Amino acid sequence: MQLELIVLLPFLGSLCAAFFPSNARNAEAWLSGIVAAVCAVLVASLYGDVAGGGVVRTRIDWLPQLGVDFYLRMDGYAWLFAMLVTFVGTLVVIYSRYYMSPSDPVPRFFAFLMAFMGAMLGMVLSGNLIQLVVFWELTSLTSFMLIAYWYHRPDARRGARMAAIVTVAGGLCLLAGVLMLGQMVGSYDLDDVLQAGDAIRAHPWYAPMLVLVLLGAFTKSAQFPFHFWLPQAMAAPTPVSAYLHSATMVKAGVFLLARLWPALASTELWFWLVCGAGAASLLVGAFSATFQRDMKGVLAYSTMSHLGLITMLCGMGTELGLIAAVFHMMNHATFKASLFMATGVVDHETGTRDLKRLNGLRHAMPLTAAVAIVAAGAMAGVPLLNGFLSKEMFLEESIVAGGVSGLRFTFPALATLGSLFSVAYSLRFIHEVFFGPSTVHELPRQPHDPARMLVPSALLVGACLLVGTLPARTVGPLLETAAIAILGPVLPEYRLAVWHGFTAPLLMSLAATTGGVALYVYLYRRRMTLIRTPFLSRFDSKRMFDVANVAATRGASRLGRVLFSRRLQTQLLLIVGFAIGAGYLPLLAGGYSPGAAPLTPLDPLFALLWIGGVACAIGAAHQAKFHRLAALIMIGGAGLVTVLTFAWFSAPDLALTQIAVEVVTTVLFLLGLRWLPRRLQLDDPRRRTVRARARRTRDAVFAAAAGIGAGLLTFAVLTRPGSSTLAEFFLESSLPEGDGRNVVNVILVDFRGFDTLGEITVVGIVAITVYALLRRFRPAPDSIDVPRAQREDAARAALQEHTADALPRDYMRLPAVLVRLLFPMAWLVSLYLLLRGHNAPGGGFVGGLVMATAIIVQYMVSGTIWIESRLRVHPQVLIALGLLAAGLTGVAAWLARQPLLTSLTLDLHLPVVGDVHLSTVLLFDLGVYLLVIGGTVLMLIALAHQSLRSPRRVHAPEHAPEPRHEAEGAAG
Amino acid sequence: MELVYSIAIGVLVGSGVWLLLRPRTFQVLMGLVLLSYATNLFIFGMGRLSMHVPPIIDEAAPDPARYADPVPQALVLTAIVIGFATTALYLVMLLALRGLTGTDHVDGREPDR
Repeated sequence: MQLELIVLLPFLGSLCAAFFPSNARNAEAWLSGIVAAVCAVLVASLYGDVAGGGVVRTRIDWLPQLGVDFYLRMDGYAWLFAMLVTFVGTLVVIYSRYYMSPSDPVPRFFAFLMAFMGAMLGMVLSGNLIQLVVFWELTSLTSFMLIAYWYHRPDARRGARMAAIVTVAGGLCLLAGVLMLGQMVGSYDLDDVLQAGDAIRAHPWYAPMLVLVLLGAFTKSAQFPFHFWLPQAMAAPTPVSAYLHSATMVKAGVFLLARLWPALASTELWFWLVCGAGAASLLVGAFSATFQRDMKGVLAYSTMSHLGLITMLCGMGTELGLIAAVFHMMNHATFKASLFMATGVVDHETGTRDLKRLNGLRHAMPLTAAVAIVAAGAMAGVPLLNGFLSKEMFLEESIVAGGVSGLRFTFPALATLGSLFSVAYSLRFIHEVFFGPSTVHELPRQPHDPARMLVPSALLVGACLLVGTLPARTVGPLLETAAIAILGPVLPEYRLAVWHGFTAPLLMSLAATTGGVALYVYLYRRRMTLIRTPFLSRFDSKRMFDVANVAATRGASRLGRVLFSRRLQTQLLLIVGFAIGAGYLPLLAGGYSPGAAPLTPLDPLFALLWIGGVACAIGAAHQAKFHRLAALIMIGGAGLVTVLTFAWFSAPDLALTQIAVEVVTTVLFLLGLRWLPRRLQLDDPRRRTVRARARRTRDAVFAAAAGIGAGLLTFAVLTRPGSSTLAEFFLESSLPEGDGRNVVNVILVDFRGFDTLGEITVVGIVAITVYALLRRFRPAPDSIDVPRAQREDAARAALQEHTADALPRDYMRLPAVLVRLLFPMAWLVSLYLLLRGHNAPGGGFVGGLVMATAIIVQYMVSGTIWIESRLRVHPQVLIALGLLAAGLTGVAAWLARQPLLTSLTLDLHLPVVGDVHLSTVLLFDLGVYLLVIGGTVLMLIALAHQSLRSPRRVHAPEHAPEPRHEAEGAAG
Repeated sequence: MELVYSIAIGVLVGSGVWLLLRPRTFQVLMGLVLLSYATNLFIFGMGRLSMHVPPIIDEAAPDPARYADPVPQALVLTAIVIGFATTALYLVMLLALRGLTGTDHVDGREPDR
């Protein structure tokens, strides 16, 4: 339970923090601080369970079929990391309270900071590799959001994008690697993977899997050659840099290296890859840090260098090396976070982080100077500070590993060189900022020591001192717990002490310190500390990244142009082509043969019917471009033939529904035709070009192939005997279980009621979408005027007004009266269809459509204005009522402790009336009925209303010549 | 009967596909309507063709073999209503497209000459 809380609390805090007002700096800080502190206490309280090799586990089933559980697992190593994340998190929250300016929108900051903390804790505590990757990517995402916090700054956007691309791409590699690893082991459980070390190392997939996992770890931990995103990420607010980009997130890579160490390490490949990347990062980072101008730039490269050191220690493959790596992860987090915080203080107070402008701050900010000096001492590896201890261990291990690998001198030399540069840039960092002649009066702001803001930094520095002086009493047990979690109960012998006697590492350390001081003095005397980084500045990996980025984007769009078309016709042709191909493919294997079942004797009437139907279909296809009305009539003809076919072959319900739909669809099309452009069949030369002919021929071939295929397929099926156990089931149980004789209706409203509920929901959604689309409808300019046919009719009527063959005025009155008389009848018919649906052809769909037709006929005959002044239909209300009726009927089954949508029946014996049989199915069908009325009427009315819009000119071309001569002509 | 039925479906599909590949929105809409007829008939045909045996149970003769297959009918009934809804949506879409772009070409712009 505690484990879930530890992961869940930060996310809940994040959600709360997101909804605070934007100036609630104190409330945000309290909330986040309390969340972080509670998490820290929860983690701390679990120490007793993990000490000495214990593991706390919580498992929740997630995808048990795939072996993916939500599995939280805390051992000593995870405990140490979780402690680090929550403890530094608490301090960073306190620090942020003072760092963030009142004008910054803090909810976003704290919300993402909390979310990051949750993701990091989830990653550290994951007992399942897939889950680990999910949280891993989540940390990348929150890191992106936090780097881009000041998104008005281009460098922040750029840095965020670069960090996201590099780390997320690495995360994807990691996912691939983890999937391979899971396949190799047969389980994604961390416990199983850690047990299977020998099998993994012997597996043929080991090398590619290792490379993928390492790509993930190296990108995250900013290892050479993927380090370039880290300095760019310094555009983030300083608390973010302190927390994500030095103490925790960038540690995820090395965390994973140590986590998977028992499973993956101790091979030649591991040694060369990991040590190689680590050594390169150590040197490149330390070297570059010596020449940075930005305080945060120094710290960023130094972070990269220290992470390289940890990576090297992991790569050496010795158990002592691993213990040193874990130790240095903690030490680096404490001193680097406090250094970042001190940098933030300087920036906050002076308004700049430029080493060239900062000088002699020790007079104005003595406390800050003290904190920074101690922390930088730890970074350089000065004795009595924690950095010294892990550096000694590193130097010692470099001798051991060098001896094993045959690089007896190279390895120790590289390690010493790295330490040397580390001393140089630490010294430079302190000297340039805090010593030398004071330039305070030239700075943007006059600095002072902000006492409260320094507290978190000072606490961390205190930890550095404490660990550095009394290592065995303070950090000793914790380190042992963590080491046992990785290496098992038997640990190699090591001693955490400040003084080991005169040993080789001490001599190397001395050499590095002296060398580092000498190097800095040399550079300072020659005024070479502010030049661009020698040699390395030529290899601008940032630029290479941009070039690669642009190349990838261009390549993708080029590929897209080749593989993809924006043109609908091409896409449809491909889809149809594939469908036809897929349909014909089985013929290649099995050949085609019609079945042997006896044919139904041909009724000449049916053949005649379909001669008409076929003619209509072909005619519609031919006329759809130039004579839309004709095409519409012919489509209607084909539809009617379809209706008759349904009726012919024992499907009265289908026939009824289809004919009602035909009517409504035709009205809809007629309403829509008015807004389409007029198109005359001219002798267009473009239609006669070779290309156009070829295109039409190609389409005709496709159409013919599809048609012949469908016909052959139908014939092959129809000539084989049918057997359907489903049909038997429904026919047998319809009456006893569904209480209805009309099996089709019983299937719809009872057996498959849930499908129908979904379907009417779709109809409702479509109706509302149609309504919404038409609210913003803008007719094309040439469709705005009164349609041509109406104009011509009016002109003709005006001409014929006094002649005998003129239409009488009010020629619609008679039909209008008749239709109004019919309205109640239509009501009756539709209700009748609804009520009898369960036992005879009919039902909610048909009834609703008939009702909708009755309403729309009123509109057509009497006109929108007349009808709406007398009869207000509220289709939206009908839709809502229909959905409610159907849904609540379904829910009502729960009251009777039945599954959703089970039909309930009630038999009553009433005096006079006799036996009454009530079923909830009728209520459900009533819902369908109401919804169909509402949906259909809403669409039809919305479209009909368009003609009532007051005409307005949209996009009238200003430079268009006035059609004056036409007006004159007309007048004349 | 089966032969006529198959030819009918073939012609409906052929005309529908032809229209589907045309450049004007209204043509495509007509094509979809024809294709939906064809599909509905095809699915309906999966229950085989039988006359005078609607699936409406007569208590006197409960033998399932005496009735037409109700399952394809139920499926097609649903398909008819949904088909109506999508046709309406497509119609309004093509009207809106025409209003926004000034053309009734499926790509929203006249093809390059």
